[in-house]
Amino acid sequence: MKIAVCVNRVPDTETRVKIGPDGKTIDKSGVNFILNPYDEFAVEEALKTKEKFGGEVVVISLGGSENVEVIRKALAMGADRGILLKDDSQRDTFSIAKALAEVLKELSPDIIFFGKQSIDYDDQAMPSLVAELLGLPSITVVVKLEINSDGTLIAEREIEGGREKVRGKLPIVIGAQRGLNEPRYPSLKGIMAAKNKPVEEREAPKFDNKTEVIEMLLPPPKKPGRIIGTDASAVSELVRLLREEAKVI
Amino acid sequence: MAKRVLTFAEQREGKFKKSAFEAVRTGRKISDEISAEFLALVIGDENATKLAPELGGYGAEKVIVVQDDRLGSYSLTAYSKVISEVVNKYDVDYIFMSATAMGKELAPRVAGKIDAGFALDCTDLKVEDGEIIATRPVYAGKAFIKVKINSERKIYTLRPNVFTAGESDGKPAEVERFEVNLTDDDFSVVAFETVASTKGKLDVTEADIVVSGGRGLKAPENFKMIEELAEILGGAVGASRAVVDAGWRPHDEQVGQTGKTVSPKLYIAIGISGAIQHLAGMSSSKVIVAINKDKDAPIFQVADYGIAGDLFEVVPALIEELKKVLGKQ
Repeated sequence: MKIAVCVNRVPDTETRVKIGPDGKTIDKSGVNFILNPYDEFAVEEALKTKEKFGGEVVVISLGGSENVEVIRKALAMGADRGILLKDDSQRDTFSIAKALAEVLKELSPDIIFFGKQSIDYDDQAMPSLVAELLGLPSITVVVKLEINSDGTLIAEREIEGGREKVRGKLPIVIGAQRGLNEPRYPSLKGIMAAKNKPVEEREAPKFDNKTEVIEMLLPPPKKPGRIIGTDASAVSELVRLLREEAKVI
Repeated sequence: MAKRVLTFAEQREGKFKKSAFEAVRTGRKISDEISAEFLALVIGDENATKLAPELGGYGAEKVIVVQDDRLGSYSLTAYSKVISEVVNKYDVDYIFMSATAMGKELAPRVAGKIDAGFALDCTDLKVEDGEIIATRPVYAGKAFIKVKINSERKIYTLRPNVFTAGESDGKPAEVERFEVNLTDDDFSVVAFETVASTKGKLDVTEADIVVSGGRGLKAPENFKMIEELAEILGGAVGASRAVVDAGWRPHDEQVGQTGKTVSPKLYIAIGISGAIQHLAGMSSSKVIVAINKDKDAPIFQVADYGIAGDLFEVVPALIEELKKVLGKQ
């Protein structure tokens, strides 16, 4: 089976965001970048799919040359080869999706995995949009996936207050959610092996942005709250404040 | 020619979601501001036709209904085709949806079909010089961006619980049926069964009140207190990443950067110190209460009201007090 997984490089979750000098993006100085956490579930599921059906796992990432790091991490986990779509410009989701779709079309995988969202721009659009551009079905926020040998599959995706079971078949695009699996840690052997796995570099095909960021802002500072007590005796005052001052209960 | 605005109003199992009313009201409000014609769209089986007039109360004068027995179950591929065909047929310029589990995957697919730019999970929409400026959180709410869409067609999804639906004025909408020719291929993915995580459980993203617990609770069984408090308040249970990672709580309850982002009117954080990735997921809540032993915990920096005490004393007392004042003995 031909399996593709698309990965992104993002600031880690402990990052304190500062606005960069352009006023439109974050200040990247001192920021620690990691493989997007949801992409770990995508890589793991790609590897499990390969273990079940055989084939090859290709990792694709679009970004600057530093994105090789996240490709290498996926290779260390067990993926077979990587493609880096080099691009240093500021692209919107649509423009990235078009570039990914162009490369994926050429690969024509049986299944394509994404993390359900990238924890930088958080718009959760990439798996659905790339699928649409490829003319493939998609299922996102997937927490369980059973692929049968005839290519039919059943996925469970998270919805408000529960899950829905979705029927589909290959080829398909899957957006992986936490809970789908337990991502493996790269072994030392895996890390060593990853250094010799091929990563092909290409210029990312250019497409226009459809959106324009006017400015990036920090959330308005919250005015400091009140500590109304240090034990259970403060409870009646708390309830009074919630009812009479905040009027939320 | 006048511009057209369309709100896709989501229904599941014969009921509109509250967020659908929020999206209809917002769509109508924006339409008025840009002098556009406003339409709403409902998709489903015969329920869709029954429900549609209700949107009149939230500002929709005309509702387009696409009814087909097969559309009674949600299908991403079929629903996105239906929306795109309605957009093409009615020459729609602006599309609004809710940023729900359904809307979040529908919007980008529709965008791909009609070549529209999008701003998703918006928390604010303003009209400036006849153009919509969308504000949406990035980095899980650690920052916001103001976005302008430059393509001809534009899609916006609205974060639930942020925009106001207001009260219905009871005015029924005019309903117009529209036929879309659907083949089996259009149903290449279809939802066939819903499994509720716990019967009647509210999702943290939809609840007006969220009560979250963290490592300060010391053991998974102590979450009973959190559940009881949430029940008394009619709210949902949330959890910090630490307790989800420890396997105490299911990950669909996790609030924070790799969990869910919530903006309820009341968020109560119990035994949660307030790691930056947690704060990102809840700091846009309207009122925040923190109960934590450590008075220096970062959670108190975002809390409106705090009790810096032992949660094992404070929470039972709070439950008793609320039972008393809310009359739920």
